[in-house]
Amino acid sequence: MKIRLDTVVKTFDTFRAVHGVSLEIESGELVALLGPSGSGKTTILRMVAGLEYADGGKIYFGDEDATDIPVRDRGVGFVFQHYALFPHMTVAENIAFGMKVSKVKRSKAEIAARVADLLRLVKLDGLGERFPGQISGGQRQRVALARALAVDPKVLLLDEPFGALDANVRRDLRRWLREIHEELAITTLFVTHDQEEALDLADRVVILKDGKIVQQGTPEEVCREPNSPFVMGFLGDTNRLPANVSGGRAVVGNAALPAPGVADGKAEIFVRPSDLDWTEHGDGVPAKILRVIDRPDGRRLLAATDQGETLELDVAPEIQAKAGDEGFVTVRRGRIFAAG
Amino acid sequence: MARRVLPGLPLALGITLVYVSIIVVLPLSALVYKAASLGFEDYWRIVSSGRALASYRVTALSALAATAFNLVFGFALAWVLVRYRFPGRRFIDALVDLPFALPTAVAGIALTALFAPNGWFGSILGEAGITVAYTPLGIMIAMAFTSLPFIVRTIQPVLEDLDPALEEAAQSLGGSDASIFARVILPLLTPAILAGVSLAFARSLGEFGAIIFIAGNQPFSTEITALLAFIRLEEYDYQAAAAIASVLLITAFLMLAVTNILQARALRYTARG
Amino acid sequence: MASKNRKPPRVGDQPGFRRALIAAVLVVTAIFIVAPLVVIGVQAFSQGWAVYATAIADPDTLHAILLTVTTALIAVPINTAFGVAAAWAITKFDFWGRRFLLVVIEIPFSISPIVAGVAYLFVYGLQGLFGPALQSADIKILFALPGIVLASMFVTAPFVARELIPLMQAQGRDLEEAATSLGASGWRTFFSVTLPNIRWALLYGVVLCNARVMGEFGAVSVVSGNIRGQTNTLPLHIELLYHDYQTAGAFAAASILAVLAVVTLVAKVLLERRGAGRGGRPTLAANQTVPETTT
Repeated sequence: MKIRLDTVVKTFDTFRAVHGVSLEIESGELVALLGPSGSGKTTILRMVAGLEYADGGKIYFGDEDATDIPVRDRGVGFVFQHYALFPHMTVAENIAFGMKVSKVKRSKAEIAARVADLLRLVKLDGLGERFPGQISGGQRQRVALARALAVDPKVLLLDEPFGALDANVRRDLRRWLREIHEELAITTLFVTHDQEEALDLADRVVILKDGKIVQQGTPEEVCREPNSPFVMGFLGDTNRLPANVSGGRAVVGNAALPAPGVADGKAEIFVRPSDLDWTEHGDGVPAKILRVIDRPDGRRLLAATDQGETLELDVAPEIQAKAGDEGFVTVRRGRIFAAG
Repeated sequence: MARRVLPGLPLALGITLVYVSIIVVLPLSALVYKAASLGFEDYWRIVSSGRALASYRVTALSALAATAFNLVFGFALAWVLVRYRFPGRRFIDALVDLPFALPTAVAGIALTALFAPNGWFGSILGEAGITVAYTPLGIMIAMAFTSLPFIVRTIQPVLEDLDPALEEAAQSLGGSDASIFARVILPLLTPAILAGVSLAFARSLGEFGAIIFIAGNQPFSTEITALLAFIRLEEYDYQAAAAIASVLLITAFLMLAVTNILQARALRYTARG
Repeated sequence: MASKNRKPPRVGDQPGFRRALIAAVLVVTAIFIVAPLVVIGVQAFSQGWAVYATAIADPDTLHAILLTVTTALIAVPINTAFGVAAAWAITKFDFWGRRFLLVVIEIPFSISPIVAGVAYLFVYGLQGLFGPALQSADIKILFALPGIVLASMFVTAPFVARELIPLMQAQGRDLEEAATSLGASGWRTFFSVTLPNIRWALLYGVVLCNARVMGEFGAVSVVSGNIRGQTNTLPLHIELLYHDYQTAGAFAAASILAVLAVVTLVAKVLLERRGAGRGGRPTLAANQTVPETTT
């Protein structure tokens, strides 16, 4: 089912949570809504579900205007941030709930068979008789997903699906959710504040800030072509260097980078730590190492430029450096935005 | 056990134990001792006399009816206070505690004044052929009045704390209001409802002040058990008073036990492991 | 364009159902709770101000008021001290029998006041354990102020403790342990660390305890002997006047206690705004939602 949002607006009391967001999600696509807290991502998800009503704009499911369809008739599967499992029902009863209350009557045997299938799908065979209080967080998350899938939703919506889990459980569940999505091909929209999660899982990432979409695209597009300092900074660690642009070249320190299409004048270069190098001699920004942090896959250097800015560099483990060393930081690649 | 860091346990525990022993344990033990010293046959004769049995019957049935009424009204009241916003809501919320705060004797004469045949409500009900004052119905009304807060105040906070996501989840799965209420909300409130109901019922069984004004106090028909114990005292029949009071005491303990068991059962799903 | 701030309906939000339920609850509340309060005032003033004033100024009524206030002045502070001590012992320490002690403290809450009164007779009455000894020593407990105070303390035993225990349990022991580790004495710790955190809950318990002491009827009526002008508390005096067919006098006396009840309710609301009462208390719902760490 294709979903289309057309200039959707939502205001809570005086706080404008969503400002005219337009978005299309293709049938079978897996899309992440990524943004910091307060960016309106959960509100958008809840409006798609029908758990909030939009104040303005339209939401279409396929060609049907779904803006005012109540949640119970909208045919969405919603996985809540803290799962919202019914604590007084067993895992199997939780999964069966949607089928039991459905207008479409199913026999007990049918429901039991479907519950067994879903338990197998989410790899929880044998846990059907447990209560939610008796299983782990990761297992609860999978029950919540099975429960949402039980009603054959047209759209699957997940609110911070891995937010409450430990880092290692999170990674496993992420891969597993991707597999399930590939198997079932349900249009899926999920909300996260974790860029790694969004990039790892989604076909397309929609980045939000202050209730507006700032950029959307495939993980490759948003990673390689971030369109603003915000997106650049939100997707990973960034260094910011002041530069002067003239004639399509940005001068930083005693080095220069090509800056096609950037107007002459003051600009800022945003560089990932791994796109900076450390040399003892050569062209670059003169700097002094403040600290060296060793990591399994390399070293991170904290260095202060002679302008007083602190830079972070990720370098190969064999690079020799220690606090107090003086040298030069060179920029391998960076994104240049006019200062503003 | 960890070494105690804070001071004051001997003093605090000392005060507590002395108070509890003198004020609570000693009198109740004296009552039990007095009742036990009767001997089984005498005890049985007193507690199973026709008048005593009739008093149990009217007390228990009235308490049951009052609790049933409060279950419906108290639940509706808690629901309205938690789920809806309307002018006067906070005022009603405060008023719920009036039966706690109003001395029972005052409640008794006020309810009697209202429901007596010449009272505001009694005269209207009288025309419909319903007599409240000086009948078991009057006992029921007095019990319902005094025990209402128990039901409202145990259901209300739980209803307030119900995670709204549970209801949203049920809605997103297609549940109708009726099925969500029956399958999700009501089961989650059950422990609180049971607690409130047993507290209200226990309170009704032991209520005295509010009832004696409105009940009529006729032996075999409108005489509650607590009053019978009181009457035996006034007749200087201390043994009988002890025996009947012990029945009330045992019932209270049974109710406490039942409350705890019911709650433990209703909460069994939170057990881990 | 849709209207602003529309919320999707929750269970029971259909306008018709909502209105009907609110209306039904308001009507029953008016009949069941408001009317009894109103009728007290109406009856008290049914024969005019003069009769009301005379009824209140009656020496027996004044004496009943005095006795009730005296009882409260003795019973409430003792009860408060007990409640604080019990809460301190139960929440700040682990000891054998702690849970059992909690149950025992709550017992008076579920026992008929008549049972309490009868039980006291068998301790201090002539038929009781200490009765003969007390009589020969010429100490009067029953049918006198001490008996009234003791019975009042029984029925209100849990009132202060049950407000403090859940709150102090939730607050834990860290602050007190920090204070003692910094060298504060036990009393100092209590007065400068514990008390400021529990003062509203404490006051809340005291207010409820006071209301119950002043209004207690059943237990006191057994142990007081109902001697007019001597051992009649205000609630007992109301009964006496009522059975003497002095309805206006009975309701005049009742109106004093009704005012006390209203004052108690107002105090309760004000204290709840400061976090006392059920606001600060964990509910059964705490056990119901699956525990989860919030991100």
